[in-house]
Amino acid sequence: MNNGYLDMQLLRFTTAGSVDDGKSTLIGRLLYDSKSIFEDQLEAVETASKSRGNEEVNLALLTDGLRAEREQGITIDVAYRYFATPKRKFIIADTPGHIDSTRNMVTGASTADLAVILIDARHGVMEQTIRHSYVAALLAIKQIVVCVNKMDLVDFSQEVFDKIVADYKAMSANLPIGKVDFIPISAKNGDNVVNASTQTPWYTGKPLLEFLETVDINVNSTDPFRMAVQYVIRPISDKFADFRGYAGRIASGVVKVGDKVKVLPSGQTSEVASIWLSDKELQEASQGDSVNICLKDDIDISRGDVLVAGNTTEPEVGQAIAMNICWFRETPLQLGKRYIIRHATQEVQGMFKSIDYKIDINSQEKQTGISQLTMNDIAFVQLKTASPLVFENYHTNKVLGSIIVVDPDTNDTLGAGMIE
Amino acid sequence: MEQTKTHLKELEAESIYILREVAAQFEKPAILFSGGKDSIVVTHLAYKAFYPAKLPFPLVHIDTGHNFVETIQYRDELVKKLGAELIVGSVQESIDTGRVKEESGFNASRNSLQTTTLLDTIEKYKFDACIGGARRDEEKARAKERIFSHRDDFGQWNPKNQRPELWNIFNGRKNIGEHFRVFPISNWTEMDVWQYILQEGIELPSLYYTHTRKVFQRDGQWLAAEDCIKRCPEEVVIEKDVRCRTIGDISCTGLTLSTAHNLEDIIAEIAATRVTERGGRADDKRSETAMEDRKKLGYF
Repeated sequence: MNNGYLDMQLLRFTTAGSVDDGKSTLIGRLLYDSKSIFEDQLEAVETASKSRGNEEVNLALLTDGLRAEREQGITIDVAYRYFATPKRKFIIADTPGHIDSTRNMVTGASTADLAVILIDARHGVMEQTIRHSYVAALLAIKQIVVCVNKMDLVDFSQEVFDKIVADYKAMSANLPIGKVDFIPISAKNGDNVVNASTQTPWYTGKPLLEFLETVDINVNSTDPFRMAVQYVIRPISDKFADFRGYAGRIASGVVKVGDKVKVLPSGQTSEVASIWLSDKELQEASQGDSVNICLKDDIDISRGDVLVAGNTTEPEVGQAIAMNICWFRETPLQLGKRYIIRHATQEVQGMFKSIDYKIDINSQEKQTGISQLTMNDIAFVQLKTASPLVFENYHTNKVLGSIIVVDPDTNDTLGAGMIE
Repeated sequence: MEQTKTHLKELEAESIYILREVAAQFEKPAILFSGGKDSIVVTHLAYKAFYPAKLPFPLVHIDTGHNFVETIQYRDELVKKLGAELIVGSVQESIDTGRVKEESGFNASRNSLQTTTLLDTIEKYKFDACIGGARRDEEKARAKERIFSHRDDFGQWNPKNQRPELWNIFNGRKNIGEHFRVFPISNWTEMDVWQYILQEGIELPSLYYTHTRKVFQRDGQWLAAEDCIKRCPEEVVIEKDVRCRTIGDISCTGLTLSTAHNLEDIIAEIAATRVTERGGRADDKRSETAMEDRKKLGYF
């Protein structure tokens, strides 16, 4: 048994684009070359491709598994694919790239550490490239990899590649995107996907897979500690008669036994008595851990409350919250209507007081004077909640900075907000 | 200072978070327990999520009556060890009371009959969330299913109108009569499950390890020679060293020729294999969208 295999890191990334960009081919190649496609899956896809009259094996059929998708040749929403190399495990949130699927891109990007954006080398930077980059910026994805695909069709020309890089940089100058890297690839032939290509001697960077295996995804543990309480664990047993644990997943920072903590919104303070991960007592825990924390003092804490480090900056506590919102449904967002707002482990009623502006996702122009939003719209809005939320800017803390909007009539999820 | 986490730690933390959301958001949740490795891992995660309190969920077993003896033994021991409540929904009872009609012929299986028994059990006990061990890497219809997956009051899944699921915010709101299926290990792969079983030292039914069994071959599949599967005369019974890669009802569980004695052997075997684990499941082979079609009606 190779112990290294148990010590892999996990990278979640999103890919947006259409079949025309060669996105399915790229994903297919990553899966196939990492032996994550099995023979029976490949056979099933080959058979299905043939019966649909496709000349080449249509790898989109691997993920487009629903009857309607297979019949109509469309992708309905986000598909999740998994593969692993000896270095890392990867989760791909694969989203369709057409114009009416902003909401799917937002969903896929919400859990991603990194975004892969494909550009067809023959066509260069397109409107949809801008859309994908905008969504990545909106969802605070810190790393973008632009794959300039179909390099084989432009004779692996450095000139073409350099022009696309320059165009992309010019286009994205006004977007608050993080780090961007560029890789010239041919997904079809495998150039610079898994192995470095001999066709691009002028390219000195890593092939895509190696890039994904080595890109820095460590989280910063100097961020202050925050944890929303999910559930209070109170065993009714003799052995643990007085046990009262606050269960949750740490949203940021590190917590240690003996740390001073504050409970929000109440403002009461206490000290960490013990930290549990199942039956093991820990001295400390950090961002991403699902733990169970006991405090020294017996204070009133319930689901929805937030534990924060006692000696640093605190999240905001309030009822008036400004945010970017993406609307998901045909039922429009209406000002003044009561919605259910879900935020971290809290649920409150809320209504939107104003739509400051709607954003044209292609030009980033702001349109004012808007009174309702419909499917795939992105806008900057003002929310008022019936009771206070403990929140932070989405770019500071994704857990305390995100909300979803639920329809009180149908219970459907209507929209998603990123707090500013 | 920077922190790195391993994939198993990250997946475990996510699954524990999901299980705690179920306990917090629903009145009467239950774990659907099949005796297979995935539901065993889910039960182990639930133990970890609520320790030192007991499991806030009963284990529900939909029993086709065509089980491997080892599965039932394992189930009963686990329930005893955890001090958990066990609820059994019996497909035999559904047949006896005329709720469903048994299939006949050589490929007869009680697999699809389970749906009625499952929905009847949910109705009887008023479960509002049923936690399952399904994974997105298992089957294409599952690749797009939500972690909190809504079911209407007929128990049906509507794949084209699923609620968007963003970040770690799970919307479990529903109307009376509706329920949810929740899949805490959606993001795990078969390999992750085995590595986790090894890391945690989780005990499994002996069926997962190599053993000598009376088997016969049908359509390239090895199946157990038990009374509940009709054989034609040319299907000869022989003894082979086999193990189960997945465990379902006897009639649809394909056996793998294997000499894997322990978890390390199994992991090495899976790393080298070129066929998916559901490649051995007769129930999926009925059509290209067999899983989706069953799921729409309320299957697991």
